[in-house]
Amino acid sequence: MSDPASARSDTFGPDLAEVFGPSQSDGGPDLVQLLTPEGERVHHPEFDHDFSAEELRGLYRDMVLTRRIDVEATALQRHGELGIWAQLLGQEAAQIGAGRALRPQDYVFPTYREHGVAYCKGVDPLRLLGLFRGVDQGGWDPNENNFGLYTIVIGAQTLHATGYAMGMQRDGVVGTGDPERDAAVIAHFGDGASSQGDVNEAFIFAASYNAPVVFFCQNNQWAISEPIERQTRIPLYQRALGFGFPGIRVDGNDVLATYAVTKAALQRAREGNGPSFVEAYTYRMGAHTTTDDPTRYRLNDELEHWKLKDPIERLKVYLRRNGLVDQEFFDDLDAEAKEMGHHLREGCKALPDPKPLDQFGYVFSEMTDEIAAQRDEFAAYLASFEGSHS
Amino acid sequence: MTHQKITLAKGLNMGLRKAMEADDKVLLMGEDVGKLGGVFRITDGLQKDFGEDRVIDSPLAESGIVGTAVGMALRGYRPVIEIQFDGFVYPAYDQIVCQVAKYTYRSQGKVKMPIVIRIPFGGGIGAVEHHSESPEAQFAHTPGLKVVACSNPVDGYWMIQQAIAHDDPVIFLEPKRQYHADKAELDESATPEPLFTSRVVRAGTDATVLAYGPTVKTALKAAEAAETEGRNLEVIDLRTLSPLDMAPVLESVRRTGRCVVTHEAHVNLGMGAELAARITEECFYSLEAPVLRVGAFDMPYPPSRIEEEYLPDLDRVLDAVDRTFAF
Ligand SMILES: Cc1ncc(C[n+]2csc(CCOP(=O)(O)OP(=O)(O)O)c2C)c(N)n1
Repeated sequence: MSDPASARSDTFGPDLAEVFGPSQSDGGPDLVQLLTPEGERVHHPEFDHDFSAEELRGLYRDMVLTRRIDVEATALQRHGELGIWAQLLGQEAAQIGAGRALRPQDYVFPTYREHGVAYCKGVDPLRLLGLFRGVDQGGWDPNENNFGLYTIVIGAQTLHATGYAMGMQRDGVVGTGDPERDAAVIAHFGDGASSQGDVNEAFIFAASYNAPVVFFCQNNQWAISEPIERQTRIPLYQRALGFGFPGIRVDGNDVLATYAVTKAALQRAREGNGPSFVEAYTYRMGAHTTTDDPTRYRLNDELEHWKLKDPIERLKVYLRRNGLVDQEFFDDLDAEAKEMGHHLREGCKALPDPKPLDQFGYVFSEMTDEIAAQRDEFAAYLASFEGSHS
Repeated sequence: MTHQKITLAKGLNMGLRKAMEADDKVLLMGEDVGKLGGVFRITDGLQKDFGEDRVIDSPLAESGIVGTAVGMALRGYRPVIEIQFDGFVYPAYDQIVCQVAKYTYRSQGKVKMPIVIRIPFGGGIGAVEHHSESPEAQFAHTPGLKVVACSNPVDGYWMIQQAIAHDDPVIFLEPKRQYHADKAELDESATPEPLFTSRVVRAGTDATVLAYGPTVKTALKAAEAAETEGRNLEVIDLRTLSPLDMAPVLESVRRTGRCVVTHEAHVNLGMGAELAARITEECFYSLEAPVLRVGAFDMPYPPSRIEEEYLPDLDRVLDAVDRTFAF
């Protein structure tokens, strides 16, 4: 029997083992890194940034609080307060690095897992719970914080992001030379999403119109049970070139590197130099969602391997080793995380259930006669039960 | 073991296995159908036994899944596709309605499209948006597609095999709320009912309730409740939505003179509208009351905390029954 993978490798480039074999589990030679898993600061010729102690502490704090949001929400799901939760454990650096690189005027198009980016954009973490609790399907005003609604249909938001960026071009807020004014869009998605037609069409539009959009893919190695090999034969970041814009792979567990790389990509977009693709090479340490059971498809060794690359631990080591933090810092942060946890627990239970009759009002911008009639009929039907059950 | 008690999930799993054993051209394709056995575990164990060439974990691309199935079918295979959740069929909508549905017609019958598209559909599982939709009318409205909905474990077992053996494309709707809900006795040696037929699942004399998929159970419960009020409802499980098997329906309505149709999908332009129109055309002089529909309001599926208010339940079916008697 011929093996299609090896038959192809002779003439058409690398075979799967070469691209995805053990030698590549560290992200390969092109991985941009500023902080090693051991907490060593390294430098990169193109993407570097002079982080102040304050900035470093801030990034650490953000990651810790983001993890807390995730842990609390997971616990709330276990207690039956949420129907489901999409965990981000392990992806804190990718999200905080990207989130902190944004300016207020930049606009985010998230998937359903961008809890850390939402937090950076100033969305109250409590608002993220509504969709998962089943009390709403969004819960925040996307234009208030320039943070779009969570998108469940895989990849759909990348086209919205591109269109929004095209709108920015037309509004003259790209490449004006005024850093307070110039704006860009970031679209988040997963490695699995890269297979969707929508995502590929977004790449074409963005390239064709030179739209100010950064495609930010968190390659967490898995799309539910399907490994990255099921979505691509080449490292994802290399795809961008085929669409006509630069792609770069950054260590997604290194918050300094994701920050620096995303910042550069956003800047490029704001200045009018078009789209780019950032592949944050990371790992989903938890399950896909709280209903998923990764033991059915994933080896524990792999998880153990990635635990050693924990994004929070490595920055902690660096901060400690360089005397940038003291015990008081950790105590304060601990208190702040507890406070956040309390806010989420109490707030979640207090989220009001939607009112059945109100829902009719949101179908269109104005009520139609037909829907009003259905609402009234339903109201009369509900009223017919009143008193009958007491 | 020819007699056993099984769930709908088990019935479908066994049916898929049978179909794969019977014909080595049968392939399963979809997201997570392999190692994981599908997010609902309907394909559990099949990749292990039939290999990765026959149980294919696809890239995360619905248009791609359906589009490649078209090619496979042209090559003589019989692809059975799993769409993970109802709301994710839309990225493949173009391939389904423009390609799958039309190939046989365009080739003047020279090409067959024996593709089965399995869709877990309907609500009531407390999910987030796009996981509870009832898209059946969109497909039933498309010439060239056949649309069926199973409602119980035994039908699941037989219908999936029949759909796979059928030479036309079949949209195969599975009420996900029922996957693990009830068990039923399966006799594997029995002769199954033909695929595109409706069935009276409860005989009655006073009014006919039409249902399919998840609402069959609701309709049966309503019939039980009505019994205590002295009303004897006949319940028909439609099973096939396109083509519709009208004979049992018309026969029943002519006898009872009253009809209520219930489904989870929107009432406006839904299956109920079609049924009401046909019944009115065919049994106008037997009707004591207009055909009434119980389904969803014309709004998107609501947040799950209020889905119980939105879904047709026993009370809403009974309320409609009351109204037919008020005429
Ligand atoms: C169009 C569509 N198909 C299928 C699904 C079901 N689904 C939800 S998440 C997911 C995997 C996504 O993987 P990836 O894009 O890598 O993102 P991750 O969740 O790993 O961050 C799938 C198949 C969906 N939401 N939308």
